[in-house]
Amino acid sequence: MTEVVASAPRGEPLEIPRPGRLSALLQRYEILRGVVLLSPAMAVMIAGMLLPFLVLVVMSFWTPMGFDFNTDPSFKNYSDIATQPIYGALLSRSLWMSGAATVITVLLCYPMAYYVAFHVKRHKTLWLILMTLPFWTSYLLRVFAWKIVLGYNGMINASLTGIGLIDAPLEFLLYSQTAVVITLTHAWAAFAILPIYVSLEKIDRSLLEAATDLGDGPWARFFRVTLPLSMPGVIAAMLLIFIPTVGDYVTPALLGGPDGVMIGNLIQLQFGPANNWPMGAALALVMMASTAGVFIATKLVRSALEARI
Amino acid sequence: MGTASYVNRESPALKIYAWAFVAILYAPILLLPLFSFNSSTYIAFPIEGFTTEWYGALWANSQMWTALWNSVWLGAIVAVISTALGVLAAKALTRYRLPARGPIIGFMMLPLVVPGIVFGVALLILMNRAGIPLSLFTVGIGHVLICTPFAIATLMPRFEGFDASIEEASADLGENGWWTFWRVTFPLVFPGILASLMLTFTISFDEFIMAFFLAGTEQSLPIYIWNQLRFPERLPMVLALSTIIIAISFVLVFFSLWLTRLGVDTKTGDAA
Repeated sequence: MTEVVASAPRGEPLEIPRPGRLSALLQRYEILRGVVLLSPAMAVMIAGMLLPFLVLVVMSFWTPMGFDFNTDPSFKNYSDIATQPIYGALLSRSLWMSGAATVITVLLCYPMAYYVAFHVKRHKTLWLILMTLPFWTSYLLRVFAWKIVLGYNGMINASLTGIGLIDAPLEFLLYSQTAVVITLTHAWAAFAILPIYVSLEKIDRSLLEAATDLGDGPWARFFRVTLPLSMPGVIAAMLLIFIPTVGDYVTPALLGGPDGVMIGNLIQLQFGPANNWPMGAALALVMMASTAGVFIATKLVRSALEARI
Repeated sequence: MGTASYVNRESPALKIYAWAFVAILYAPILLLPLFSFNSSTYIAFPIEGFTTEWYGALWANSQMWTALWNSVWLGAIVAVISTALGVLAAKALTRYRLPARGPIIGFMMLPLVVPGIVFGVALLILMNRAGIPLSLFTVGIGHVLICTPFAIATLMPRFEGFDASIEEASADLGENGWWTFWRVTFPLVFPGILASLMLTFTISFDEFIMAFFLAGTEQSLPIYIWNQLRFPERLPMVLALSTIIIAISFVLVFFSLWLTRLGVDTKTGDAA
């Protein structure tokens, strides 16, 4: 990211006498003008994020009562989540599945980002657009595309049956955790490639030459110089994939089947058929908290390991 | 870069990997157009025959048209609002030495890492408590929230990319702030604005999960598609619709990414 913070102090422009104290104030104080410009977006973001978050927290302490809510604060939802095994099981399954998808995505995308950063000499922009283009198209359609590939009557099954290789469709392809992990990996690839590419691109090439001059072979150089220097990109990629995928609804709903149900589906259930909004709110918060928890734990382990080395 | 370094020699293995990667990235998406022209309702190789029947059925489907117009209007309004907010914010963040600039940017980018479902249900509860009925309007509120960070991220490199002294010259020559913006700043950042409009339109046009919670009985195009997925016999028509949507998204996004990267220092290779 180019950190060219807005230019040095400018010469005071020719003061044109203007009426009004506010505009006089704005003319004089540069920071104030900046704040005024920023305020619409800031107001929208604060109102749009803090208010919904507040009502989410408040509602998570309510309980349903008929068609309305019992607004006496209680910890019932949270104690249910802690004691009834279904919630813990779904939560840990979600963390595990999106954790697997995150790690696989980063492992598969690293060589790709490396290739664009170090080996593509011309048309770099074109390569980057090529890598990110699918990500901008409808998430729903990309997931749907995998249902067509893996489905019960999908491309693989129907084609294999058609040419007589198998008698009945292979059921493990669709409606399984594997199907969900494959689809998530495919759908979030751009989120891994871009941050890793940026951090690789930032590496000072003379450091690599120095390592080579000092006798490191390609692999040693990669593990001792390139990889450690690109870790910020890897961490950013993991964050950008892990956090949203834990709560994914579309992929498990279309491809998961009973074995692949995730916490996002359970949350949706509370706002739909189960009609228990307070429980849904509590589940959403617990999901966010445990996602953050896993991430902080990973970071702590990593820095502990680094400290030992 | 530029000068070839002796550190990285050509690696055929890596090159093959890269092309295989691209192939797998695009293959599932390209299957949708392929099978949308297949005359069989079964999605399987070998392909039976060529037909445009499904596109005809789509054309005659009035529900689809309603959903399409809903999504186009929604996307257009969301794009204009979030880009306008983005222009002001990007100018403020690049032209003025604001205190706590880093944390402000971090806060603005927060919606990018909040899971869509959490955002959706939180806004649903807020609308319910505030007594605002669910409609495309409430979907629009949600979409502005997720589109504004993208608008800011697209526009900031554009503002950083040109010399602020041009604006100062305009001010020195007697233009007030308003006219300086329209006659100097706006034309210079125009490609960024165009890119931001196209990008935010596409995001809103394709967004599903927030619309799923916030649309009430109204239908956006992704919701319409979601509802069609329950009927296997309508699958070919959904494929035809998907093909059109993907084609439009590809064109819009390609141009907006192209515009974003033009004029911006490509050396930084920044993730817009």
